Amino acid sequence: MSQPLLSRLLSRLPWAKGGDATDPAELRLLLAEYESPGALILAARKMRDAGCTRWDAHSPFPVHGLEKAMGLKSSMVPLFVLVLGLGGAAAGMALQWWVSAVEYPLLVSGKPMFSWPAFVPITFECGVLGGALGAVFGFLGLARLPRHHHPLFASQRFERMSDDRFFLSVESDDPHWDRAADLLAEAGASRIEEIGGDGSVKEVHRGSGITSGPTSGTAADTAPGTSEEA
Amino acid sequence: MAHDDAHHEDAHHGHDAPKITADRVALPAGHPLRRLLPVGGAVGALALVATFALGLGHPHELYSSYLLAFFYWLTLALGGLFFVLLQFATRAGWSVVVRRVAEHVSGTLPLFALLFVPLALAVGQLYHWSEAGAMDHDPLLAGKAPYLNEGFFITRGVFFVLAWSLLGWWFRRRSMAQDTSHDPGATRFLQSASAPALIVFAVTLTFASFDWVMSLDPHWYSTIFGVYIFAGCAVAIFSLVSLLSMALEKGGGSKSGGPSGGPLAGLVTVEHYHDLGKLLFGFVVFWAYIAFSQFMLIWYSNIPEETVWYRHRLEHGWKAVTILLAVTHFAIPFFYLILRRTKRNRPLLAIGCLWMLAVHWLDLFWLIKPAVGAGPMPTLLDLLAFLGTGGLFLATLAWLMRKPATVPVGDPRLAESLSFENM
Repeated sequence: MSQPLLSRLLSRLPWAKGGDATDPAELRLLLAEYESPGALILAARKMRDAGCTRWDAHSPFPVHGLEKAMGLKSSMVPLFVLVLGLGGAAAGMALQWWVSAVEYPLLVSGKPMFSWPAFVPITFECGVLGGALGAVFGFLGLARLPRHHHPLFASQRFERMSDDRFFLSVESDDPHWDRAADLLAEAGASRIEEIGGDGSVKEVHRGSGITSGPTSGTAADTAPGTSEEA
Repeated sequence: MAHDDAHHEDAHHGHDAPKITADRVALPAGHPLRRLLPVGGAVGALALVATFALGLGHPHELYSSYLLAFFYWLTLALGGLFFVLLQFATRAGWSVVVRRVAEHVSGTLPLFALLFVPLALAVGQLYHWSEAGAMDHDPLLAGKAPYLNEGFFITRGVFFVLAWSLLGWWFRRRSMAQDTSHDPGATRFLQSASAPALIVFAVTLTFASFDWVMSLDPHWYSTIFGVYIFAGCAVAIFSLVSLLSMALEKGGGSKSGGPSGGPLAGLVTVEHYHDLGKLLFGFVVFWAYIAFSQFMLIWYSNIPEETVWYRHRLEHGWKAVTILLAVTHFAIPFFYLILRRTKRNRPLLAIGCLWMLAVHWLDLFWLIKPAVGAGPMPTLLDLLAFLGTGGLFLATLAWLMRKPATVPVGDPRLAESLSFENM
């Protein structure tokens, strides 16, 4: 947080990501499978505390407290919304001023050429439009979407990400790549697969699937993240 | 945190669902809110006596000050009724833990039935349309006479305050009965009752605003006026519920729940404040939207009988108040409350809530005072009447809160509310 805002912003832009320096063909991935959201949270905390940076969590539904367990920083999307919202509003007002008072002055019911109260609704709508575009494209840009393929899709098991399993993936450009597999296994992964840059998948670990974390299926039962807030 | 507490209780009772006993959330004997009863009652009674003693010589000033104070505290109580009805109508789970506070606020409505009496007796001294001979040379007033006459005005007023008192009292009572019965049927019943009650609320609030505030300037009319007053009610209640919940988290005596002591400590979390803050922010924007909608239509059509209302608020020193209102009731809170940090931080949100309660008064001051020809400076009578009705309001609130659990412990959605999270 001590970095200046601008360099922080720039470092989060998609093309500034360190990961892109690696040739995609050489990028390898570890994919760890967990049987409960509680186990996923425990694993995420382990990764966060070890100082891993190039990893992500995958769940079929939103897991409360996961973003804290992952140590995610607040998103830059609101900044896009603010800038584009204010920009849209300013552009909307400027357009109406230029059209009505400069380029084609037209007297309407004896009011001044630049009758700003009449322009407020359109200014407001342009602000909303700008903010909405900022939210959508800001999110897509930061998430580097859309993309047609991701190496994780090579794993058959990963399909259960949209059903009943919880996954944590690590990319090989992570500073702690060497011990990532151990960390994931310690956290109670039921399986760990390694996915090569060529799309090959091989199982590197199989655990009992029994974890020290809570195993029931609902997010409300397994929200240890809340305890971190105090 | 809410969760840990819930599980703690769980272990105690050996149930599957987290249970909170009424004892755990009773208002402790030494809680500061209890002091509101004697202090508010004494200050309120004294100030009200002083208001009438000082004001009887100038009834017009007296009753405009009284109307302003009465209406300010009434909008808080009506906001409480709206809050309760809204939570039931939407079957809201998140808000259960703070709903009891709003039930008490709307439980004060019978007080306003009492406080309406002086207003009903003073119609002729406050409202121009009821003055003798006012409509003799005024065809507009003569045309409105079937609606704007003293008898019908008072009849309507009595109906409004009785309807509100009944709704506020009844919803509070049914909800408190559930504390011991734990009957989910009570929730279902109140849910189905809330929708028709909201219709009654909307119609009565609209016509009460027309009668009591808009008819101060009887030539002028704005069909959006009731919605404007409603927006103020909403802004006021989300502020008040947040502040009262924070007060109930703090302080206390021997029966304290958490380390910080209050009955709501550990139950109301930053997640609930975040939602209350979001609603507050939303209604600040809604207020501005309605205020501007009213202004723009009148400004655009430029018909003298409509624009005169704004003219009164742009002359004789009122222009500064108008600008001040736009800046303090919209521009500043917009950028303050939009921040996530403000809504998820109790002291910062408390500042925002106190601010909104203050500018809500400014809003009503701006609506009422120019219509009676007063200048833009508050008078001593304004202050005394404010303290008088406010003291009684807060004393009634403290009286209602003294016994019941501060949380609807029998509500089937309480567990959902306790574990509520925004993300």
